[in-house]
Amino acid sequence: MAESHDIAVHAEHDQKPHGWRRWVFATNHKDIGTMYLIAAGTMFLIGGLAAMAIRAQLFKSGMKLFDPAMFNSLTTMHGLIMIFGAIMPSWVGLANWMIPMQIGAPDMALPRLNNLSFWILPFAFTLMIASFFVPGGAVAGGWTMYPPLMQQFGDSFPMLIFAIHLMGISSILGAINVIVTIMNLRAPGMSLLRMPLFVWTWLITAYLLIAVMPVLAGAVTMQLTDHFFGTSFFNAAGGGDPVLFLHVFWFFGHPEVYILILPAFGVISEIIPTFSRKPLFGYEAMVYATASIAFLSFIVWGHHMFTVGMPVAAQLFFMLSTMLIAVPTGVKVFNWTATMWRGSLSFEPPMLFAIAFLFLFSIGGFSGLMLALVPSDYQYHGTYFVVAHFHYVLVPGAVFAIFGAVYYWLPKWCGRMYDMRLAKWHFWLSVIFVNVLFFPQHFLGLAGMPRRIPDYAPQFTDWNMVSSIGGFIFGASQALFPYIVWKCVRSGKPVEANSPWEGAHGLEWELPSPAPYHSWTTPPSAAVLAHGAEH
Amino acid sequence: MKCARLGKRLGTLALALLAGGGLPAWGKSGWDELNMPRGVTNVSTRIYALHMMAFWVCVGIAAVVFGVMIWSLIFHRKSRGAVPDVSLTHSTKVEIVWTIVPVLILVSMAIPAARLLVRINNNTDSQLSIRVTGFQWGWRYQYVGSNVSVISKLSESSTAASMMHSGISATSVPHYLLSVDHPIVVPVGEKIRLLITSIDVIHSWWVPDLGVKRDAIPGFINQASFTIAPNKTGTYRGQCTELCGRGHAYMPIVVRAVSPAAFQAWLKQQSALDKEAAAGAPATGVTSS
Repeated sequence: MAESHDIAVHAEHDQKPHGWRRWVFATNHKDIGTMYLIAAGTMFLIGGLAAMAIRAQLFKSGMKLFDPAMFNSLTTMHGLIMIFGAIMPSWVGLANWMIPMQIGAPDMALPRLNNLSFWILPFAFTLMIASFFVPGGAVAGGWTMYPPLMQQFGDSFPMLIFAIHLMGISSILGAINVIVTIMNLRAPGMSLLRMPLFVWTWLITAYLLIAVMPVLAGAVTMQLTDHFFGTSFFNAAGGGDPVLFLHVFWFFGHPEVYILILPAFGVISEIIPTFSRKPLFGYEAMVYATASIAFLSFIVWGHHMFTVGMPVAAQLFFMLSTMLIAVPTGVKVFNWTATMWRGSLSFEPPMLFAIAFLFLFSIGGFSGLMLALVPSDYQYHGTYFVVAHFHYVLVPGAVFAIFGAVYYWLPKWCGRMYDMRLAKWHFWLSVIFVNVLFFPQHFLGLAGMPRRIPDYAPQFTDWNMVSSIGGFIFGASQALFPYIVWKCVRSGKPVEANSPWEGAHGLEWELPSPAPYHSWTTPPSAAVLAHGAEH
Repeated sequence: MKCARLGKRLGTLALALLAGGGLPAWGKSGWDELNMPRGVTNVSTRIYALHMMAFWVCVGIAAVVFGVMIWSLIFHRKSRGAVPDVSLTHSTKVEIVWTIVPVLILVSMAIPAARLLVRINNNTDSQLSIRVTGFQWGWRYQYVGSNVSVISKLSESSTAASMMHSGISATSVPHYLLSVDHPIVVPVGEKIRLLITSIDVIHSWWVPDLGVKRDAIPGFINQASFTIAPNKTGTYRGQCTELCGRGHAYMPIVVRAVSPAAFQAWLKQQSALDKEAAAGAPATGVTSS
């Protein structure tokens, strides 16, 4: 307690700049984290509106709200915005907020770099979204940007590529900052294998980012030179190879999937022990499983392209390596289950989202396993079955984990408690309608509906209608989230204790609420560390 | 009315879920809307079997894992006075079991999948080869060894209905978006090899009932083959499954499977028509369906 008192005294000497300077020249990890989260929320809204437009167009067979080219732009931009604009910046925002607090550091190691990596983003997003308004409209070749189709778009094409370069630079700088912070600023006694799982998963994610973002940059740059400088990397007529792009893209693309989901694993590993009032089961196994998943993610990219005509041996290899990922992923799910086993469970909003994650992410995992079997994949590939699969891992997977994380840590951030009743409404509406939205898409894909089509044969109407209705309600209920957060920050009931959660352990809960501006100005003592790291 | 239909559908689904796999109880049309078609080739049937095997394995795993989770959620809650067993933090024995058992399950799935994969990619000993060329937006088919070639685009009725502000209801058009002006005709009971490529962007040739999906890529010639069961004459429909631009949804595939004799007759007729067309004025040519 003496520890906390000291910090409270320090808090009065924050010396934070006021007004716009505080944000534009921000070097504080909390301010930057907040800006990341607000930017991500804004992009989630824009990407969500695109999704609503897509579901409206697909409400029934013969619907013609948008021209097919516009529809293709919407699906393309929905994907890019959600991946690069919503989910990735959310994780960086959470990393900024939580990593220094969780490892006993005052701030991120490279605060100015941190400022740069955030402030690149608004420009990147503006470029990307502005491409909707240039002649020819936004890029409409899918977020995967396959050539030669990608070469057919107008001014939006270089704009998107430049936006991707910017976002890539931002991600790499952010990842460097995370690694340097974790490697150098851990409090004495915070050994690697005592770090909270969120820090561990982010450390591994950061390495993935550094490894693959340059690969994406290379792939899109080759497209750029094909288009403007007469090269033929991917142009068959010039001796190039369109399939080369697919290989390079998915070499980035598959680790990217884990960049989106590994921090979610970390969050879930924080929330479930807290509300089970029991330490995480198999902590070390969790760390090793995460590392194995990250390693395997580099050797499975071919499963995104089983129908391009790879040699049988290659298809076999990618099938087996992909199936292998089920083992460490299974270990994680089993460990979470074992953590709840013989615990003392309570169901506050973070736990509700974590439990929904467990069930629904597992469903996404099952369809992933089915997709790994090449012969079946020949039927699933490019259909709504795939759409259902990756939305199950990304929406009730990554997005629910983000909601869970905010509901878990928000009282620590602002020292106030949110409206639990409203948050439970948010949860129940989300969890019911996310299933109404995505589950029928499995049926559509199996029955033969290709993805990325603006119109379809009448026999697909019923399930599309169900899906669209689920989508509209799911989308509308997300409006609760910013309202709940806003209400909490403005007028939530103050949280007196360091931790509002009975079962929470971790250094962040040893700080007073709200957390002081410069988290740990002096390293936590061994006693605090021991109390915080009771796993 | 739509709502009523929707309600009925949901009711059917709920019933089906309650029946818990009582497949025969389902109307055939209801099942078709929910699952992969069995198809009409040896390969498509085997893919269906593999798909169902994987599905039931997943259901089995889910039953066990979700069962344990649900047990915890019900019986290990604080409100029931559950006391946490904080000593339960790891167990090497259990951890080894839940690593080994999944590996065994995976191996048991991988073996049939690998066998079928090798079988599917055997494109030798075909009796007929057809060159398939994707373009924005349609397909060109050339029967190797004859001068017959068919250009297959979305049917006129579907095209008209698909236009913005067409005012034509999709349901009033037969096989809306799944019908073409000139379908291809193939014989049943013969192994047919497709040589698939594209002249512009990447497309993908897919007919679910045949169990064939293969990308059409400029600069590459991909192979795929199928043999339709001798008693399965009929019309099979599919679509392009790789985003290829504005007309991606509007380049369906229609395959008419006929007896070998009928196929030979069709080929002869086409060949004559094509010669006539080459000699004389531009003729519209082929039969429509």
